[in-house]
Amino acid sequence: MTYRTPLLGLLAALPLALPAAAQELPQLRVAFSEDADVMDPTTGRAYVQRVALLNMCESLFDYNSKMQIVPRLALSYEWADAQTLVVKLRPNVSFNDGTPVDAAAVKYSIERHQTFTGSARRGDLGSLTAVEIVDPLTVRFKLKGPDVVFLSQLGVRAGVLVSPTASEAAGKDFGQRPVCAGPYRFLERVAQDRIVLEKVPNYWDGANYHFSRITFRPIADSTVRLANLRAGAIDINMSVPPTLADEVRKDPKLKLYTFDGIGYTGLTVNMGRNNTTPGPFGTDKRIRQAFDLAIDREAIVNVVFNGVHAANAYPVPATSPFFDATLPQPKRDVARAKALMAAAGVKLPFVVPLTVINNPEAVQVAEVMQSMVAEVGFELKLNTMEFVSTLNAADKGDYVGWTVGWTGRPDADGNLRDLLYTGAGTNYVGYKNPEFDTLLDQARSTADMAVRMATYRKIYTMLRDDLPIIYLYSPRWNFGMATKVEGFDPVADGMLRLGGVKFAR
Amino acid sequence: MRGHLGVRFAQVIPTLLLVSIMVFCLQQLMPGDPALVLAGEERDPEVLEQIRRELKLDQPLVFQYFYWIGNVLQGDLGFSWRIRQPVTELVATKLPVTLQLASMAFIIAVFIGVPMGVLSAVKKNTFWDYLANGIGLAGLSTPNFWLGIMLILLVSVHLGWLPPSGYVPLTEDWRQSLATTIMPAFVLGNAISAVLMRHTRSAMLTALQQDYVRTARAKGLSEHLVVIKHALRNALVPVVTLGALELGTLLSGAVLTEQVFSIPGFGKMIVDAVFNRDYPVVQGVVLVTATVYVMLNLVADVLYVMINPRLRGA
Repeated sequence: MTYRTPLLGLLAALPLALPAAAQELPQLRVAFSEDADVMDPTTGRAYVQRVALLNMCESLFDYNSKMQIVPRLALSYEWADAQTLVVKLRPNVSFNDGTPVDAAAVKYSIERHQTFTGSARRGDLGSLTAVEIVDPLTVRFKLKGPDVVFLSQLGVRAGVLVSPTASEAAGKDFGQRPVCAGPYRFLERVAQDRIVLEKVPNYWDGANYHFSRITFRPIADSTVRLANLRAGAIDINMSVPPTLADEVRKDPKLKLYTFDGIGYTGLTVNMGRNNTTPGPFGTDKRIRQAFDLAIDREAIVNVVFNGVHAANAYPVPATSPFFDATLPQPKRDVARAKALMAAAGVKLPFVVPLTVINNPEAVQVAEVMQSMVAEVGFELKLNTMEFVSTLNAADKGDYVGWTVGWTGRPDADGNLRDLLYTGAGTNYVGYKNPEFDTLLDQARSTADMAVRMATYRKIYTMLRDDLPIIYLYSPRWNFGMATKVEGFDPVADGMLRLGGVKFAR
Repeated sequence: MRGHLGVRFAQVIPTLLLVSIMVFCLQQLMPGDPALVLAGEERDPEVLEQIRRELKLDQPLVFQYFYWIGNVLQGDLGFSWRIRQPVTELVATKLPVTLQLASMAFIIAVFIGVPMGVLSAVKKNTFWDYLANGIGLAGLSTPNFWLGIMLILLVSVHLGWLPPSGYVPLTEDWRQSLATTIMPAFVLGNAISAVLMRHTRSAMLTALQQDYVRTARAKGLSEHLVVIKHALRNALVPVVTLGALELGTLLSGAVLTEQVFSIPGFGKMIVDAVFNRDYPVVQGVVLVTATVYVMLNLVADVLYVMINPRLRGA
C-alpha cells in the first residue's frame, strides 16, 4: 500500500511507498499472533514456527483439505506389514543447497529427529526402530510393533527432511539458517519482527507458487493485527479472534475463512497425576457426569465465541475422519445432574477449584460454566493464572480441574495417547485405565479404517462415561485475508499452504 | 567536579552487580518451569531432563548465577533458550531500535512540553495557561495502549497516511524509518511531554519571581530575553534531571507501545521472554537497560554541573 499525504509537515513530501520489488512475482505479507521459536524442524515446537517452515521445509507427506495424507517428497508408500512401511521418494529433487533428496538424506534426517539434543520429534518417532536404505530412492521404516499412526507422523514435522550437508556444517546453529527442500528458502529472520522466505528457482512444484517472497510478521495484539489487514499492511491475518470475526466479514476489502481445527478445549480432571490423591471430583465419576450434564456447550460457544467454535463433547472435531456422528452430543439436563449428585451423596454446595489460564476467553468460558453448574449445587472456584503457571501446577498434580486446549493431531491417536495413555508425559489427568490403553493400541495396529473406527467408537463411549477430560468445544480457525488473495484451500491443521495461492489480477 | 564524577562513576559497578543479583533472584520467583515451556506440548520426561541438563537448570542456583555472571563479564550474555540466538546479538539488534524510538519520543516531548510549560508560566491564569494545563492533563491521563490503537485506526486505517506497524532501520531507509516510528514516538512522547510541561511551568514560576529576573527587567531587557535567557536557563536545571530520568523510563517503559505498534525493540523482546521463561534474554535485557539507565543519570549529573555554574567548584 502507498500511504497518502503524511500527517506531519516533516514527512509531507516523502514518498513512503515501499520500493518496488525487482521480481515479477508479488510479495505476500502474513501476520500471526506470536513469534516463532527456533527455526529448526527438529527442535522447533511452536505452531507459528511450523507455519513459517511449511513452505520451505517439506515433509515426506502432507495433508490435503480432507485431511487425507498425500505424498510430497515421497512419491508413494506401502505397508509391507503392520510394522514395516516402505516409502518411495520423488526423483530429481534437491535441497535448496543442491544436495540431492535421496534415501541417505531421509535416513539422516529421521535419525537426526530421533537423536539430536533437545529434539521435539522423539515422541512422534517413538515406535521407529530403524530406517533402512533399500535403494537410492527407497527407504524402509521398521517399527517396534504395529503402528499405522506412524505414517501420519511423516506428514508433520517428524517427516521434514533437512539437508545433511547444511546440517553437518551448521551443527547446533542449524535453526539460525535452515536449509531444506521446498518451494521457498530461508532468507532472514529478525526476532520479534519478521521471517522472510524467498522463492527458489526450478523446484519440482515451483510453478504452483506465485509469490517471490513471503514475510511473516508476529503482531501480538489482535486489534492491531486486524488494523494492519484493513490498512493493507498485511495480506493475511492468520488469527482473527471470534470477537472480531464480524468486522472482517463486514469489510468489503476483506474476506474471512472460518474452518474446523483438529484440536479441542476441555476440562482436564486430576485423577491422580504425579501420584497425588484426588478428591471426590477425580474419584467419583457420578460427580463428573453431573457436572457434564449441568453445562450447555452450545450456550458457551454462543456467549463467549459468537458461535464461531463448535460445541463438542468428543476429542476429535466433527470434520475429522475419526469423528463418529452416530454418537450423541449431550444436552443439558439439570434434573438428571441433581439426581447424580444426590446419588453421589456429596454435601452441597460441592466446591470444585478450577485452574484457568488468565486470558479473557478462557476466563469467560469458566465464568459461564460457573453460573451453569451452580444450579446443580457446584461451587466452581476460579483460580486464574498465567499459562506457564497452570502448566506447572498441572505437571505436579496440584489442581482439581483445569480448562486447557490441545492443538490436535491429524490422527485421533494423537488427541488421545499423549493425554490419557498410562504413563504418558502429558497425561495430566493421571489416567490409568488398562482397557483404554488396550483399545488405543488396537486402534493403531490396523490400517483398516472400519476396524479402527469401531475401536474408536468404544473409546469415545468409554471416555464419555468416565470423563477424565470433559470436552467442551472444538476450536475453529479464523483467517482474515485481503479479497485479492485467491486460491486458499483451508486444511484443518491451520497451516498456510501457499501452493495455488495468488493475487487476483 | 572531577572528584564528584569519579565517586558517581565508582557507584556504577556495585549498582549493576546488585541489579544482576536482583534480576536473577526475582526471576526464580516466577512460577513455572522453563523446561516445561520449552518442551512444547509433547513433554516427554526424557526430553525435559535433557533440556534441564543442557540449560544447567539442574544445577544449584548459586552455580547458575556465577556461571551466567562469569560469562557476562567476558561479554557473553548467553543465548536465547527459545530462538537459539546469542543474547548479545539480540541486544545489538534491538537496542538501536529502542534508542531511536526513545530519542524521537524524547525530542517530541521536549518540543511540546518545555514551550508549553514556559507559555503556561508566563501567561499564568490566562486562557493559554488553562489550555496548556488541559493538554498536559489529557496527555498524562491517556493510556499509551489506547492512544496507540486509536492513532492506528485513524491515521493508518481511515486516512492511510502512515504504516500501522512494523519497523525499518534508519540505515536501510530513513524516510520509511521515520514513517514507521513517528506514531509510536508521539504516543510515548505524549505522556512525557505532560510531565515536562508541569515541571517546566512550576520551575519557571519560581524563577520568574527571583531577584535576578527583577534586576534583568529593571535593566530594561526585553521580556523575551528575560524569559529565555534568565528565567528559563535557571528553570531548566531540575527539568534536565527529570528529562534524563524520563529518557531512562522511556527505554524500559516502551513495552506496551512496542507491542501495539509491533516495533521489534527491547519492550517486545522482554515481554516475549518473560512469557516464555527465556531467562537469559530477560537477564540480558534488564542488565543492559539498567546500564543505560545508570549511564543516563551520570550524563544528567554532568549536564547539571554544566548548566549550573555554582556546582563547578563542588
